Parts: sequence; structure tokens; C-alpha cells
Amino acid sequence: MKFDLILRIASKLLLPFILLFALYVQFHGDYGPGGGFQAGVIGAAMVILYAIIFGLEAAKRAVPPIVVETMIALGALLFAGVGVTSMLLGGEFLNYSVLAHEPAHGQHLGILLVELGVLITVAGTMVTFFYTFAGRGR
Amino acid sequence: MVLLTLMAAVTIGIVRARNLFAVVVLSGIYSFLMASVMIVLDAVDVAMTEASVGAGMSMVLMLGVLYLTKVEEAVPSHTPWLPLFVAVGTAAVLLYGTVGLPPFGAAENIVHAHVAPRYLEQSIAETTVPNVVTSVLASYRGFDTLGETVVIFTAGFAVLLLLRGRRRSRPSDDA
Repeated sequence: MKFDLILRIASKLLLPFILLFALYVQFHGDYGPGGGFQAGVIGAAMVILYAIIFGLEAAKRAVPPIVVETMIALGALLFAGVGVTSMLLGGEFLNYSVLAHEPAHGQHLGILLVELGVLITVAGTMVTFFYTFAGRGR
Repeated sequence: MVLLTLMAAVTIGIVRARNLFAVVVLSGIYSFLMASVMIVLDAVDVAMTEASVGAGMSMVLMLGVLYLTKVEEAVPSHTPWLPLFVAVGTAAVLLYGTVGLPPFGAAENIVHAHVAPRYLEQSIAETTVPNVVTSVLASYRGFDTLGETVVIFTAGFAVLLLLRGRRRSRPSDDA
């Protein structure tokens, strides 16, 4: 697979667009279908495609395992952190209305941050799954 | 109806195939058909999740597992009657359960009369988010979504602990 020219060039062309689509699904999730879960999986799929075509070592150099493993915890922490922040600002746990001056803006900000947390955790977990499974064979 | 028939055909194919690579590809086809069914039911968010997780991610993981094991299914050492009995029994119980369900898609069903109208009516005013699925998922049901995120977090670390720790403790075991 490593020396297949057409696959390498085609996937090279596709990779940025996959990432762009993941970000679109993430940040357009308020207006269209999609959200953190879907975007996280699509983003992880980009890393996995890169690993399949260019080899696991190249992928681990581009996206080190320590980074993805940190992402797993970071996303969950961000989600819970938003909840704790809203508590510190005088609301209930995960009540986003207190995050900004207007309740609606706060809701918007809170949803955005929470979805970002979901994205980070899902992407990190999926890439970690692939790294550990693919790394066992060698 | 066409989609459901195709899904049934794919299921029979999965049951009959002995080559596990074919089974993985067929289950990917099944997931894509399921995603199409979700689109027909106007559940675009669910369809997207099914297509990316069910067809994309699980297939990649299954292929990764196939790389570590054999491609051909082993010949079962026992008769198929007990599994067949369990499967048919479960199907019978599920079919019996659907008899008690309210009519499909009817507006006066309990699920449509509880909190759903309030979400649909107040969502834009309260959260300014046009996609009600997102506002319910992240805002009204934020606590549930936090739980789901923690579940994924736990799964990731469980895989890390299981697969990483074993290699370190028994390095000669690793081929």
C-alpha cells in the first residue's frame, strides 16, 4: 500500500477537505445537522486514512500518541469545566445562560464550548483506538 | 421498504458468509442502509452518526482486528440449535413488545406530548440555535451529554489500559 502512487496522491488531496468538513460539521452544528460526535469521528477518520496510506509511524509523527491521549481527558475536562464555570458565575451546573450578559448568547457560547469538548474527546478516543489496535500487530 | 428489504438481504448474507472480510464489508453496507433509513425518517443527525461511526469507524476497527487474526471463520464445535433458539426467542419477545407500542408517527403519542413541544417552541427564543437537535443535546440535556462524553473517555482509557499494559508486562508475548 505504501508505494501506491494514485492512492497516495488522491488521499493527499482529500485529507484537508476531510478536516475542513469535520470543522464545518462542528461549527455549523448549531444551524444544520451535525455536532461534536460526528465531527470528532470525521476528524479521527482523517488521521486514520493518513495512517493507512502513509504508515502508522508517519501518522504517529504527525499526531503523536501523547497528544491524542491528552485529548481524551481534555475534552471531558472542558465539558465539565463549562459546567463548573457556570456554577461559579451563579447559575446551576451546566446552565449556560450565565456565561454571557444575555442568556441567549450564553447558551450559544456554552453549546459551542461543550460541543468542542465532545469533539476533542471523541477524536482522541477514536485515534487512540486505532493506534493501539494497529500497533499491536508489529 | 426497498431499504428494509436490502437490509434483510445483507443480514442473510452476513449470516451465510464464512469469510470474515466479507462480513465486515457487508456490515458496513448494512450501516449505510441504516443511515439511509434514518434520512427517510428525517433524522439527519442520527444518519450522520450512523454513517460515520457505524460504517466508517467500526469497519476500520474491525479490519484492524482482522489484521491480527485469521480471515476465515472457524468451524463451530457445537450444533447451531441453541443459538438459533435464543435468537428466535429474542425476536419473538421483541415482536410481542411492538404490539404494545402506540401507532407509528401519530401526533397524539405520549413521546410527542411530554416535553418535546416545549423544546420545539422555546428553543430558538431561549438558545438562538436553529437546530433543535443540537440545543436539546447540548443545552436542555447537557447533563446526559456530559455522561456520554465521560463514557467515551472511559472507553478510551480502558482500551489504553488493556492493550498497553499487557504489552509492557509481557514483552515476549508480543509477536
